Amino acid sequence: MAEIVIRDLRKDFGGFNAVKASSFTIADGEFFMLLGPSGCGKTTTLRMIAGLEMPTSGEIWIDGEEVSRKPARQRDIAFVFQMFALYPHLNVRANIAYPLVSQGLGRAEVAARVAEAAAILGIEAMLERPVGGLSGGDRQRVALGRAIVRRPKAFMMDEPLGALDAEFRERMAGELRALHDRMGATTVYVTHDQLEAMQMGDRIVVMNHGVVEQFGTPQEIYDKPATLFVAEFIGSPPMNFLPFEGRVAAGGDRVRLGGADLAVPCQHEAAAGRLVFGVRPEHVTFDDAAPFRGRIEAVEYLGTTQIVTLSSAHGTIRARSAASLPARVGEAVGLRFAAPCVTLFDEATGRALRSALHGEGGAHG
Amino acid sequence: MSGASVTEASSGQKWIAGVLVIAYALITIMPLAWILLTGFKTPPDSIAYPPKVVFTPSLEGYVNLFTTRTRVTPETLAALPPPANFAEAIVRDRGMVIAGRSKFGERFVNSVVIGFGSTALSIVLGTLAAYAFSRFKVPLKDDLMFFILSTRMMPPIAVAIPIFLMYRQLGLSDTRLGMILLYTAVNISLAVWLLKGFIDEIPREYEEAALIDGYTRLQAFVKVVLPQAATGIASTAIFCLIFAWNEYAFAVLLTSGTAQTAPPFIPTIIGIGGLDWPATAAGATLFLMPVMVFTIVLRKHLLRGITFGAVRK
Amino acid sequence: MAEVILRGVAKRFGATEAVRALDLDIPDGAFVVLLGPTGAGKTTLLRLVAGLERPDAGSIAIAGQDVRGVTPAGRNVAMVFQQYSLYPHLTVRQNLEFPLKSPILRTPPDQIAARIGEVAAVLRISHKLDNKATELSGGEMQRVSIGRALVRAPAIYLMDEPLSSLDAKLRADLRIELKRIHDSLGATFLYVTHDQIEAMTMATHVGVLDEGRLVQFGTPRAIYEDPVSLYVATRLGLPRINALPAGLFGEAPAGAVTIGLRPEHIRQGEGREAAVTRLEHLGDQTRLHLHLDGHDIVTLAEVHTRLKAGDSLAIRPERPLYFDAEGRRVHDSRTDQGDRA
Ligand SMILES: Nc1ncnc2c1ncn2[C@@H]1O[C@H](COP(=O)(O)OP(=O)(O)O)[C@@H](O)[C@H]1O
Ligand SMILES: Nc1ncnc2c1ncn2[C@@H]1O[C@H](COP(=O)(O)OP(=O)(O)O)[C@@H](O)[C@H]1O
Ligand SMILES: [Mg+2]
Ligand SMILES: [Mg+2]
Repeated sequence: MAEIVIRDLRKDFGGFNAVKASSFTIADGEFFMLLGPSGCGKTTTLRMIAGLEMPTSGEIWIDGEEVSRKPARQRDIAFVFQMFALYPHLNVRANIAYPLVSQGLGRAEVAARVAEAAAILGIEAMLERPVGGLSGGDRQRVALGRAIVRRPKAFMMDEPLGALDAEFRERMAGELRALHDRMGATTVYVTHDQLEAMQMGDRIVVMNHGVVEQFGTPQEIYDKPATLFVAEFIGSPPMNFLPFEGRVAAGGDRVRLGGADLAVPCQHEAAAGRLVFGVRPEHVTFDDAAPFRGRIEAVEYLGTTQIVTLSSAHGTIRARSAASLPARVGEAVGLRFAAPCVTLFDEATGRALRSALHGEGGAHG
Repeated sequence: MSGASVTEASSGQKWIAGVLVIAYALITIMPLAWILLTGFKTPPDSIAYPPKVVFTPSLEGYVNLFTTRTRVTPETLAALPPPANFAEAIVRDRGMVIAGRSKFGERFVNSVVIGFGSTALSIVLGTLAAYAFSRFKVPLKDDLMFFILSTRMMPPIAVAIPIFLMYRQLGLSDTRLGMILLYTAVNISLAVWLLKGFIDEIPREYEEAALIDGYTRLQAFVKVVLPQAATGIASTAIFCLIFAWNEYAFAVLLTSGTAQTAPPFIPTIIGIGGLDWPATAAGATLFLMPVMVFTIVLRKHLLRGITFGAVRK
Repeated sequence: MAEVILRGVAKRFGATEAVRALDLDIPDGAFVVLLGPTGAGKTTLLRLVAGLERPDAGSIAIAGQDVRGVTPAGRNVAMVFQQYSLYPHLTVRQNLEFPLKSPILRTPPDQIAARIGEVAAVLRISHKLDNKATELSGGEMQRVSIGRALVRAPAIYLMDEPLSSLDAKLRADLRIELKRIHDSLGATFLYVTHDQIEAMTMATHVGVLDEGRLVQFGTPRAIYEDPVSLYVATRLGLPRINALPAGLFGEAPAGAVTIGLRPEHIRQGEGREAAVTRLEHLGDQTRLHLHLDGHDIVTLAEVHTRLKAGDSLAIRPERPLYFDAEGRRVHDSRTDQGDRA
């Protein structure tokens, strides 16, 4: 078990800068998510923590020890590559015991540890079975067992559920999280799927183009996105962006978008020029008296809720409302935005302006 | 697992790998270079020991390859008008005159016609058969595929006599058509096996999409399958041509005059007082050219074709 | 555009019954989505309609004509395959032209150009028309294969999980785009997917497939609110419906073995005490994982709820669904009227 501290970590491949001066801290026992679109440097970051890739510069502290120049085998970390990479000629017990046997542990010790791992995973009954005949879920459990028996300081997982179909993925995600809750081992988990990250993670780092855009708990990141990128990447449908030309003063709480005067949280910094008014779909409500107008383009039924897509003078807006609320395509409606939940962004830098909602900017960079 | 910087080759390892590759290339190129150089040596230079690396190039080998010559007395030689061209000059230096053309040109043309002819025929028939084996329910498919391959199992010598007798009956012995058919028969098994593999790799969905788009199966084959099989077809063609081009045993046994190919002819180039190495080497050099050009033209396909399975999966 | 009718269609592959005695009416102009997990027989069904597979039994009629023995080309259908549908040796434009140039259509060149221009604009691939098909991103490839169907005006569009390989954002955009195309063309669609969101949001009619059988067919709302079986109830709804022993919250109708509780149909603050085990903050909703008598229950909480793991919370069913031992729906005479409110 261990705390992992990353300081100014950077990685260049030749002239290409894959990870730019990242810093974040992974608390002991945390389920930590590295989230971002493909190619943003998640795998590279994870591999540097595991010792499979040497950083160009920066520090990696595991359990109070600086390890950035140490080889992987001295860091005591389990890397779950691909869940299905089992040795086909060995049975379940031998597969799980493999890392211990290769470390030269005594027989009794190996047997005890395998039994413990099997109990955690609930696979005691299948220890003597060959891995060839196992179902996908069981194979995955065995692969996890092989990581667990070593009792490493931390687990690294690189999109372990990426190749699975949706239903199975949902189940395995639940199981992985439950396993973590039982063991409490520090886990660093890479994914490009925001829903998976929100669902499983205690805290999330959002990366883009090798830069850490924001890091915090799922709800913080959702409610107070630090950048336009985060606001768009997290949430489905994503935050609505209404770009406008305007100004706000420090202490101001209204902005003018075209003809409409809209309330925003009390701003802590002044800004002028190209700004973006950002509001989540569930904070958009219909009110015929509202001055901001939109026309309904599509209605998507989702059971208890529905997504209404509207066109407006400031671009497309999506609203999430109760499925019972009548909404007909082609209708013109007035829109209200829940003022305390609105974020203003500076379009040029993409940064969220500080406000009553955003405090002093959250953890950025 | 891919280890990038940790498992990636260091510059030292890369350097060693480079040296090994170059050494291997040198070893394989050596015999070719030897043949090429020998073709431009004089007969004494060609058998000098230790071998001459630096020498005065001569076209004697090439002149000898394309001509037949007779020895004449020095008086007759002196009485002759001055040589009309460089070939005559070279021959007279050795105390001989040119008696006529050799058969090398004809044999070379035979090789080209038979080699390329049988390759084309093997590919056309092989592609159609491979497509059928790949896509249709053929009764006894596996047995048939194995049976086709059996033509490759017997050494030519074992079947030469029956084929010789059969060809004599059919009037095919010592004809180009006979040799084209024979080489096609041998190559088609290779072609079907290779091409079936390539066509199996092309997902059926492409043809099915074409069927739904309003095309017949034959049209779908021509417009969708053939272009995607081009790589496989090219590499198969190279293998077929190399076989037909180099084939020696059948050619020796079944051809003597009109349809003889170059491989049985080249060793018959005997010079005065022993084998004429420069002429033989010159013949070998020219003989190498067409396959080399063909392979270089199709090189891109060949490399992709041979690594096909590895790249796709 | 035309209606498509399947009667008693069956197809088996060796021991696998991929499609079993299936009846389906696709009305003219409908957007029918068949929903089922991998292996449910979705692809096989589309291939039967397209004529790529021959049914072992049953009949298929397109626009009133029995298509037994009619080739795929003769059926006038367009299909988007799950994968591999773009010809890799052709450019995007040539791929889009391919169906129009077929011997059956023989479209004049000026019409081809116009049609391709329109479709490319709708799918936002105009700038990629002269790329090789292999030089596209996954999303662009899939849009081109949809485009290859859309350039035609067939009796029916058949689509085999066309959005499954795309990322969430593109999927959301294309869902709306396909819906818009359907509305503007008035075309008939048969669309298969394992993604419930696609089924709910695009369909005029949803069919639920279970091991080759069509177990329910109706509007998305009808299927969500009034499922005929536990299987159907678990196919729609996120988070999934909670399936619990029928007696967990007291009396259940006769014959009921399982009570199905959608996460949003659990009232908090009254009823039985459950333990909170975990919270998932998804931003727009917060999921509450509860534990009651050895059963896990998922429900929704107010987004910024103060509940935390270890707390206890009283819950009571609201509009429950009951199912018998076979998973068939058991109607509760007392509350059923309220259910459809
Ligand atoms: N070994 C390498 N050599 C060169 N570039 C690399 C290497 N590994 C990764 N990259 C590049 O670094 C960037 C980040 O890659 P990666 O960490 O794999 O991203 P992610 O896991 O977020 O998809 C990508 O642009 C990728 O092409
Ligand atoms: N050509 C085939 N040969 C043998 N079995 C097949 C074939 N096509 C489909 N199946 C089987 O039929 C069942 C249904 O398959 P499919 O229609 O592809 O399902 P889906 O598209 O819903 O995932 C599966 O069990 C599959 O293995
Ligand atoms: Mg990665
Ligand atoms: Mg399928």
